[in-house]
Amino acid sequence: MPIEIQNVSYTYNSGTSAAYEALSDISFTVERGEWIAIVGHTGSGKSTLAQHMNALLLPQSGSVTVDGIKSREKSKELRTVRRKVGLVFQYPEQQFFAETVREEIAFAPSNWGVSGDDLERSVLDAAGAVGLDTALLENNPFALSGGQRRRVALASIIAMRPDYLVLDEPTAGLDATGIRELSSLLGRIRDSGLGVVQITHDLQSALTESSRILVLENGRCVTSGTPEEIASYLLDNPVRGLLIPPLVRFCAGLRARGVRINLTSGLPEVLARLEEARG
Amino acid sequence: MSLLTNMTLGQFVPGDSFIHALDPRCKIVCTFILLTGLFMASSPADFALWAALLGILSLLSKTKLRVILRSARSVWVLVAITAVLNVFWTPGNEIFRIGFFRVTQEGLTVAFSMGMRLFFLVIFAGMLMMTTSPMAFSDGLERLLSPLAKLRFPASEMAMMMTIALRFIPTLFEETDRILKAQLSRGADFETGSVIKRARSFIPVLIPLFVLVFQRAENLATAMESRCYVAGKKRSRLNPLVWCARDSGAVLMLLAYIALVFFFDRVVFPVMFS
Repeated sequence: MPIEIQNVSYTYNSGTSAAYEALSDISFTVERGEWIAIVGHTGSGKSTLAQHMNALLLPQSGSVTVDGIKSREKSKELRTVRRKVGLVFQYPEQQFFAETVREEIAFAPSNWGVSGDDLERSVLDAAGAVGLDTALLENNPFALSGGQRRRVALASIIAMRPDYLVLDEPTAGLDATGIRELSSLLGRIRDSGLGVVQITHDLQSALTESSRILVLENGRCVTSGTPEEIASYLLDNPVRGLLIPPLVRFCAGLRARGVRINLTSGLPEVLARLEEARG
Repeated sequence: MSLLTNMTLGQFVPGDSFIHALDPRCKIVCTFILLTGLFMASSPADFALWAALLGILSLLSKTKLRVILRSARSVWVLVAITAVLNVFWTPGNEIFRIGFFRVTQEGLTVAFSMGMRLFFLVIFAGMLMMTTSPMAFSDGLERLLSPLAKLRFPASEMAMMMTIALRFIPTLFEETDRILKAQLSRGADFETGSVIKRARSFIPVLIPLFVLVFQRAENLATAMESRCYVAGKKRSRLNPLVWCARDSGAVLMLLAYIALVFFFDRVVFPVMFS
């Protein structure tokens, strides 16, 4: 069963002069085993939407259903929803508090009552899933490098074995290598059967990695579709704050000159087509 | 965010009234005069005159009386406790007694005046903060305290510290909210269990918050230093405070009003009510 978001709207400070509509009539579903990207400019409502998916915020109108559980005020199942949908905040390493990496990763599963050998296995599995060297488990999380800290933060969510993983700007503050590693890591997580929702303003990674993209602007869903559809939409209808990657522009240029090529082709494919066209 | 919306007492409300436009130094001095004057008030007739003054100030600051009173909601409890304690703990002519507790005539009088004084004290201090931006307030305080610099009192550093502290209150609320949510996402439970368990559950919120605060402080210090801030060194101002005629006028009017209240209290009321 999927995460179903139906006609969700949310207004901050509603009823006061500072009212601000962050989300307006958003609908989409997330299935397990797929990778959805939600892109939009700063302030487009992406983070508000992320917090709806694991019931940190409850919709003011519309509904959010996770595997058949509807998020409702005072529902006893809100914690179940939070376990099913792991939410990784922006700069997740800012929530560290434990003295060792092991304790940090064990925090979430132990909150759910996992203990003993099961807890140990959860920690090791999560560390393995994010490619974290087990020698680091006894280190102080504050003493790690930026990329390693991000892995620990991710592992600390994966350790509670969620069915979906929602990541708010997971690549923020990482260097190019870090971004590439994170992308392949998320790919593996998706392949293991989790639903992945990546919230980002970086179109490049969204276009190359995800199976579906949702474009938000000022709290509204402007369009949604496959990366190929979104790339061609954005070329015709630029959205504020979303930069079209140079390679996509290049592919669009090739197309205009009669080369048959996908807009979201990777560099090797583009080079191959160029060879063909020349030969 | 709910923490923020409830904090109305003393929160600055921008406006363009006569009181908003007064020099912050004038407003701080006036508030001190008001607070001092309050301690001379005792009879219900006195407090009626104080209430009238509150009405005038409300008009002059274009702030509705309802808003001012509502902002003081949280101190009603304090006022009530003060009044109740005074009722029972003042010796004098007993009116009646409930078991161990004696209620005296003097007790009732003292309870009334203490409660009213406390109430007006909070309201006037609150009005100062409602009509003065935190920046203007700390500027004014710095200038008022500047003579103390001769006694090596670090007036401008104090003012800078206060400005920074006030500036970061909303930011820290936001950070706390974010960390709370992040730990909730990791299954933290702040609501169930014994008091000790609940207190312990806040450790994963407090530690990251402290780390963030120290990092912010460090960054802020670096940013200030790289813009040549040296503590204690004289700095020029973008908007120097200018004391105008209306500021002097306001102080004089206030003094005159208080003198009038004092005159009524000592001369007129004793004759009227005797």
